[in-house]
Amino acid sequence: MTSAWRHRLFVYGITIPFAVVLAFPFFWMGVTSLKPEAQVYDPTKVWRFHATLANYGYLFHHTEYVRWLRNSCFVGLLVVLVTLAVALPAGYALARLSGRVGRTLGVAIFLTYLVPPTLLFLPLSRVIAQYFHLSDRLWALVLVYPSFTIPFAIWLLMGFFKTIPQELEDAALVDGCSRLGALVRIVFPISIPGILTVVIFSFSLVLNEFVYAITFISSSANRTLTVGVPTDLIRGDLFNWPGIMAAILIPSIPLALVYNAFLNRFIAGFTGGAFR
Amino acid sequence: MGAVAAAGGSRKRLRYVAERRGFLATLLISPAVVLIAVLVGGPLILAGYLSFTDAQAGSLTGKWIGLANFRRVLHDPIFRGALWHTFLFTVLSQIVVIVCAGLIAHALVRGFRGRWLLRFFILLPWAAPIALTAIGFLWFYDPQASIFNWFLIKLHIVDPTSLPNWLGTPKAAMSSIITVQAWRTIPFAVVIFIAGISSIPQEVDDAAAIDAATGLKKFWYVSLPLQLPIAIVAVLFGIIFTATDMIVPFILTNGGPFNSTQVLTTYAFQTGINAGNIGEGAAIALFMLPVLAFVAIGMLVFARRAEVT
Repeated sequence: MTSAWRHRLFVYGITIPFAVVLAFPFFWMGVTSLKPEAQVYDPTKVWRFHATLANYGYLFHHTEYVRWLRNSCFVGLLVVLVTLAVALPAGYALARLSGRVGRTLGVAIFLTYLVPPTLLFLPLSRVIAQYFHLSDRLWALVLVYPSFTIPFAIWLLMGFFKTIPQELEDAALVDGCSRLGALVRIVFPISIPGILTVVIFSFSLVLNEFVYAITFISSSANRTLTVGVPTDLIRGDLFNWPGIMAAILIPSIPLALVYNAFLNRFIAGFTGGAFR
Repeated sequence: MGAVAAAGGSRKRLRYVAERRGFLATLLISPAVVLIAVLVGGPLILAGYLSFTDAQAGSLTGKWIGLANFRRVLHDPIFRGALWHTFLFTVLSQIVVIVCAGLIAHALVRGFRGRWLLRFFILLPWAAPIALTAIGFLWFYDPQASIFNWFLIKLHIVDPTSLPNWLGTPKAAMSSIITVQAWRTIPFAVVIFIAGISSIPQEVDDAAAIDAATGLKKFWYVSLPLQLPIAIVAVLFGIIFTATDMIVPFILTNGGPFNSTQVLTTYAFQTGINAGNIGEGAAIALFMLPVLAFVAIGMLVFARRAEVT
């Protein structure tokens, strides 16, 4: 066997079976979402069934799905804004401006990203209700979510900023630019791809969040996507499985596309981060 | 910097800039530090305090009852079960993850036709919100219409008259949630592996080639020592995101049947939120701290060697 053939056998022999196993649930969700309700409980009808978009229509017109989608996006956008406002300067400063203390601080901030919501949701649920009076309000999520998006964003941004050569800023300083001016005029513009990566991954962290959302939010109208679908579409009286499958696929596929588009940048930030 | 100082020509100016640098750094970092301290540090301390009280839902104050919560949960068979299930759930799923992810990543770092599409499929479980995809599995495990059962019948592995009830019987339920957790963690481990592998300089390979190290020898003396730290970092992430995550067990079984899949997180939720015993719930959740400490120390030791994170 030539080495080219061995190479092909290795890469395809591993990636194709794993791709099939890992992606199969999504294929089956897609098939189910197009089935008419009467044929849903018959798994043998894989190909031959009357495909219908009625389930998607049901989802959009007879459930609060669109509202949850909007709620998730609302919280996501606000949290991303807060995250950028706090993490951009901090990530830059930790990457560039400080020495040993900064390094230790960078590692410490990264470690706070590991503190799980399941450890904090009980005390936070009381703080949110008693001191902030934000029970069942989306603002409770806007307040709490930066607790994990900020450490995550700082960690990625540190990686990106370290790849920008110091000389570039020095040149700006020599030309009479102030340090903040150099940051705004030189560093941020070249970091836009990195910043975009942070925006996308922070937004998806928010979209994914479940523990806080199910603890703080109690009314159907204020739910986010991840909580609305399992509580209202499942525990409701009607098990509209095709509709539920559609509800899962609608946010998943676009997310997967942007993840893939930005994966290399994510890896670049990831490897150049806090510990370097 | 050097250029600026030389142009200014005086020490005073240098010191002025240095001070300004330190001042600016503090200014830029402090909002983040304050926010994290308030949003993570504060609740963490509060969780510790609550675990020593008999606080109920609806209040943050409770009577100080010392170690009574901890004593109670340690004698509670459901809690002991939850500790054991958390261990099983984490260790078994991560063994599967590390083996699969290692293989996939080594194939994916090479160039080949169709890589983009295959990578897209492989990363799907990571990109899609797990709270949603877990519901998909609720359907795949459905006793009446399980697609898995259909495959197993076709392959003559199970008998159509006595189909397994994936989420309804204790052992099957545990295997089911472990499978889903492994499925959703594999892609992230692949990403960490890819990050680690691509940070190993090409010179290492070249040097190995010059020394005529090939095959098993190269794997044992070159690849393994270099990639072990990466594998460990991937496992550490897997451990923390599995032991402290409740989404998969919460949605698929919610601890059932008969508490056979009850893990620390689901039990803390049931005790603290559903039953309203905030103090006791906090005490249960605090048993995740040793895992957190273990992972944090591991990260500090290995992440630098692996040159990731």
